[in-house]
Amino acid sequence: MRESILHTDSITATDATLETVGRIASPSTSKRMVLNMGPQHPSTHGVLRIVLELDGETILKAVPDIGFLHTGIEKQCEVKTWQQAVTLTDRVDYLSNLSNNLVYALSVEKLIGDIEIPPKAQWMRVLLVEFQRLNSHLVWLGTHALDIGAMTMFFYCFREREDILRIFEMFSGQRMMTSYIRIGGLALEPPRGWQQAVGKFINAFPSKVDEYEELLNSNPIWMRRTQGVGFVPLEDLLDLGVTGPMIRAAGLKWDVRKDEPYSSYDQFEFEIPVHTENDVFARYRVRVEEMRQSARIIKQALEGMPEGAWQAAAPKIVLPEREKMKTQMEALIYHFKIVTEGFRVPAGEAYQAVESPRGEIGYYVVSNGTSKPYRVFMRTPSFGNLQALAPLLEGRLLADSIASLGSMDFVLGDVDR
Amino acid sequence: MLPDVLKEHTAAAALDAAIPGAITAGHAERNEPTLWIAPEQIVEVCRFLKDQQRFVRLSAITAVDWLPADPRFEVVYLLHSLERNQRLRLKCWLTESACEIESVTGVWRTADWYEREVFDMFGVRFRNHPNLTRILMPSDWEGHPLRKDYPVHGHKYSYQDEQ
Repeated sequence: MRESILHTDSITATDATLETVGRIASPSTSKRMVLNMGPQHPSTHGVLRIVLELDGETILKAVPDIGFLHTGIEKQCEVKTWQQAVTLTDRVDYLSNLSNNLVYALSVEKLIGDIEIPPKAQWMRVLLVEFQRLNSHLVWLGTHALDIGAMTMFFYCFREREDILRIFEMFSGQRMMTSYIRIGGLALEPPRGWQQAVGKFINAFPSKVDEYEELLNSNPIWMRRTQGVGFVPLEDLLDLGVTGPMIRAAGLKWDVRKDEPYSSYDQFEFEIPVHTENDVFARYRVRVEEMRQSARIIKQALEGMPEGAWQAAAPKIVLPEREKMKTQMEALIYHFKIVTEGFRVPAGEAYQAVESPRGEIGYYVVSNGTSKPYRVFMRTPSFGNLQALAPLLEGRLLADSIASLGSMDFVLGDVDR
Repeated sequence: MLPDVLKEHTAAAALDAAIPGAITAGHAERNEPTLWIAPEQIVEVCRFLKDQQRFVRLSAITAVDWLPADPRFEVVYLLHSLERNQRLRLKCWLTESACEIESVTGVWRTADWYEREVFDMFGVRFRNHPNLTRILMPSDWEGHPLRKDYPVHGHKYSYQDEQ
């Protein structure tokens, strides 16, 4: 049998198990209790196991154990063609698949070099990625509030999320695994009537955010469970590799969209919400304000959407139009080459970072000049952020661990890849 | 030695002056400054870049397997300076027979999990790492999945063996 010691034990972990997970002092010498939280626990939002060493209600040590959702996506990318691997990037993080599509497309385009993405495709990418941010923050807010006991929020947030998923379906035919952002532009032409669907949603959305804030900001239970909880100094967060809303709630104004603009983010007007309290409540406020800013960006993208092509004029990379493929010899040859062999990407390496709803997501892509990626490394924000789990929990109350965990907003698929 | 294209790069030039011989090669293709570092000096170099050149963030550590080339493994460090809004990539070549390098967990704590991941996936060992165990694969797993000689589909273990 190939059972791992890590995965077979029951609620109380043995000393031997702990030895493999981390280095907890032997619990038998004191009246300390070792509690196994997860891998299946509603508040871990996925398959995360945390071994907690408790002294009464206080957490003395927290050792996260990850890898339950490891699916070898990076390895699989190496046997797909460059364009096929887009579908794998969707599966990294089910709440920000478009951000993953985008960062992969951008990194490969950087590697290709002489490919120019038309403005309409760039703006459309921004619009969709901001919708993705709304989607992710809505799911986070709903489930986080549910963890802490505010059940109504969940229904409110999922109501709006449903509308966003309908918009994704309208664009790509898929609610979640969209694969809509491809190398060289978009997968399909934006559908007829998208302006109406997006406009209807985005005009109504700011008032919905007001509703959320009304429900939570004057809720004494919510305030007492989040304010002053989960503080870790900014220097520690930086040193531990934390990015995204968590670091902005600690007072650092750093957002990849502003500092290293990509996909014409420099043409949009938006603010970076920053708070300095550095607790669960500040993280909530940063994310809610980010929702307002995302709505602002979407509105600008909707109003100023450039006309023109939605794919790059690169016949060797982008599939030809159906009509041309049927009537022109050259287009038929390109079509055949792209479909059967895929396109070749010049040898080299590129790193591209974008701001996903969870933080810095960066793909380090290496090519050896063939039609398949040689190596795709995904620097996922959840993996980086989760390292701050121990300092966030240790020395605090067990009851606060749920609020602290929720405020990190990790997706376990994103951690394990 | 420092290539001409990176002579103007503040951090690279300062590093070359402070620790002569640490930089073995480099390039700035696609505007991404990259330096190859002698593996035995990696900790010294990282410490210098963090303390003196304000590369406070380590984005990630990863590796590339260049089988059948020798040296086979390339360990990649992705550094980021918030103050200068600059990214820098460090790389170290490691041969298969001696795929060991000093851990940089003492410089950035975030290196902990990334080094464990590289160990798990490539079998590169990090000396003086506080807890160099597998992180994504089960603890009794054999082989290192991201090595190029590791099969993509299937594993030598089969259900027939169990019966």
